[in-house]
Amino acid sequence: MSASSTLGKDLTGLEHMTPEQIRLILDTAEPFKEVSERPIKKVPALRGKTIVNLFFEASTRTRISFEFAEKRLSADTVNVAATGSSVSKGETLVDTAKNLEAMRIDMVVIRHGSSGAAEFLGKRIASNVINAGDGKHEHPTQALLDLLTIRDKHGKIEGLKVCLVGDVLHSRVARSNLWGLTKLGADVAVCGPWTLMPRGIEELGVTVFGRVEEAIEWGADVLNVLRLQLERMEKGFIPSLREYYRVFGVTPERLERSPKPITIMHPGPMNRGVEIDSRVADGAHSVILDQVTNGVAVRMAVLYLLAGGRAELADAAKRAGGGGASE
Amino acid sequence: MSDAAILLQGGRVIDPSRDLDEAADVLIQDGKIAAVGRGVSAPPGATVRNVTGKVVAPGLVDLHVHLREPGNEDEETVASGARAAAAGGFTAICAMPNTDPVTDNQAAVGFIVRQSGRAGGARVHPIGAISIGQKGERLAEFGEMASAGAVAVSDDGKPVVSSHLMRTALEYARTFGIPVADHCEDPALAAGGVMHEGLVSTRLGLKGIPSAAEEIMVARNVLLAELTSGHVHLCHMSARGSVAIIRDAKERGIKVTAEVTPHHLTLTDYACEEYDTHAKMNPPLREAADVAALRGGLKDGVIDCIASDHAPHAYDEKEAAFDDAPFGIVGLETAFAVAHTELVSAGVFTLPDLIKRMSTAPARVFHLPGGTLAPNAVADVVVLDPSAKWTVDPGAFHSKSHNSPFAGRALTGRAILTIVAGAIVHEL
Repeated sequence: MSASSTLGKDLTGLEHMTPEQIRLILDTAEPFKEVSERPIKKVPALRGKTIVNLFFEASTRTRISFEFAEKRLSADTVNVAATGSSVSKGETLVDTAKNLEAMRIDMVVIRHGSSGAAEFLGKRIASNVINAGDGKHEHPTQALLDLLTIRDKHGKIEGLKVCLVGDVLHSRVARSNLWGLTKLGADVAVCGPWTLMPRGIEELGVTVFGRVEEAIEWGADVLNVLRLQLERMEKGFIPSLREYYRVFGVTPERLERSPKPITIMHPGPMNRGVEIDSRVADGAHSVILDQVTNGVAVRMAVLYLLAGGRAELADAAKRAGGGGASE
Repeated sequence: MSDAAILLQGGRVIDPSRDLDEAADVLIQDGKIAAVGRGVSAPPGATVRNVTGKVVAPGLVDLHVHLREPGNEDEETVASGARAAAAGGFTAICAMPNTDPVTDNQAAVGFIVRQSGRAGGARVHPIGAISIGQKGERLAEFGEMASAGAVAVSDDGKPVVSSHLMRTALEYARTFGIPVADHCEDPALAAGGVMHEGLVSTRLGLKGIPSAAEEIMVARNVLLAELTSGHVHLCHMSARGSVAIIRDAKERGIKVTAEVTPHHLTLTDYACEEYDTHAKMNPPLREAADVAALRGGLKDGVIDCIASDHAPHAYDEKEAAFDDAPFGIVGLETAFAVAHTELVSAGVFTLPDLIKRMSTAPARVFHLPGGTLAPNAVADVVVLDPSAKWTVDPGAFHSKSHNSPFAGRALTGRAILTIVAGAIVHEL
């Protein structure tokens, strides 16, 4: 195994990862998929490891997905739901880090409202840190499960046309997807109202469309529809949810313009009738629930690899018996 | 004030106030410049210093520092700031009024003056607030503050949002001959921003502050200065568009002056990579094209002077996620060396250019004593070693705070002797 195929101590984002590292995670996730299909969904790979799920922001899907991944690898887990208080979040983070370290843990999965929070924590503690979403920065495991889902559906990623639709400005999912997709050779576009497009995005090697119709004419193979946070309307980025749906919503009528079926993805939770029409979300080309299923496998792969597990042993690790992780 | 005369012998004397750059001796007596010339003889009892190979210049002047006293004396006091300034070669610094309580009345201004007298480092000139409590509502008492020693008024730290208040301040300040200094920022456009809005903020997922937030207020202030014939001073310019607006205003004869910090002349938004909170300041570090325009503006005088915007913060405040850390960095002890290394050693500026922009020009902008070695002028003098090589160690700062983005940086050029009113206040 080459040096570049190890992940390092932390997983804070995809921007600074190599294509080989990303492929390693996707390949390692493959054998872990099957574990969740068994009657007894458990392998001993992380037996004896202590993992803290530290969620400073509300999360259902991601937190549960991580927790399942940890438990199916036999790790001991603790969930900490710390919401931002009147105390400075930065100070809390430093002190939280020191306290966790003092309890001799092995890994921290962190979600935080401030961009850079995972990197901040990773630099200050010896345990592995996994970013479960930091501000508007990155959400790497979401992008990895998106990549795995695209690869499952299309058999490849390279050369596919993938468009991220919606609130790119505030989306950590969009940023992580953008890095992961471009590194693996996909042709990437973003699409949405200009009020929700970050400055300089075109300099990151993506095409920018103002309308969903243009993305469809471009020949998109995949539309990854981003969640529109409802407070964006209150903050004045868009005039109304009604108009957002009418102009930017992914609807069957718009998709009909495509000569080929377009794979539909959404990181959840969905606002049906806002960014995505229910008929599309529940339609034949939607892989939205496959994304959720793959989330557990991808997170098992990340946990396993960061704990020191070797990719080629993942297959063996999922069988009962000796774990590969502590080698 | 020192009674003993000091003779600085054999140095290169640079006095931009008289376009002087020559080998000469400088005699300081009774707190004043007594003589500048060749072969000046030392009066009896004088201290003679051989400064061959060194530069003798008017002491540096900083129009923009934050000293945190009263209110946050753990971060900086007038005394520690005055010592830090002296160590950096400054003989005069101007303290912004965003203290706690705000320096918005004659008693508060008088307190800074008294603390400065006790401190014994660089002179500390208070700047009074424009509005009571810096709330942007009612004018503070400019007349009484000026009588007590305020050299300018500013609500720095906060922009003057109301154009009416800014207009009134510019008109009212004319009576007292003091400039109105503004932190130029449209608060609605900058709201929630923590760094420059551009490619780097997009990648880091941090909320940006567009250059237009500054440029809009620069344009507004220029128009109000034109309307009122008042003197507006624009603090810490960061954007290339601002330079263009000021250039145009000066060509039209509008009374506008401007400053730029050493960090905006040398760093870009890439310094925020890895969420380094020591690169978080307001206005934010911008792009290479902005740095180039700021340097160009400083060189041709569109921007009058360099100011440090020395902003001390406790170490644990910067030890935070980028969003949560406060804006600002310390600069008094690195300002000259950073500018000298990046501008003079790199061949962009001459040393006399730099001294002009750090001494003579700022003294004139705020009508301060100093900035000259003319005979009979106050003896605020610095001796610089332009070839001194040193590495920035914030732990060794005289400032109480260490929040510098230049930590570990190898620099060239340093103040080795600082003299205020004829008394030595720093010696390396």
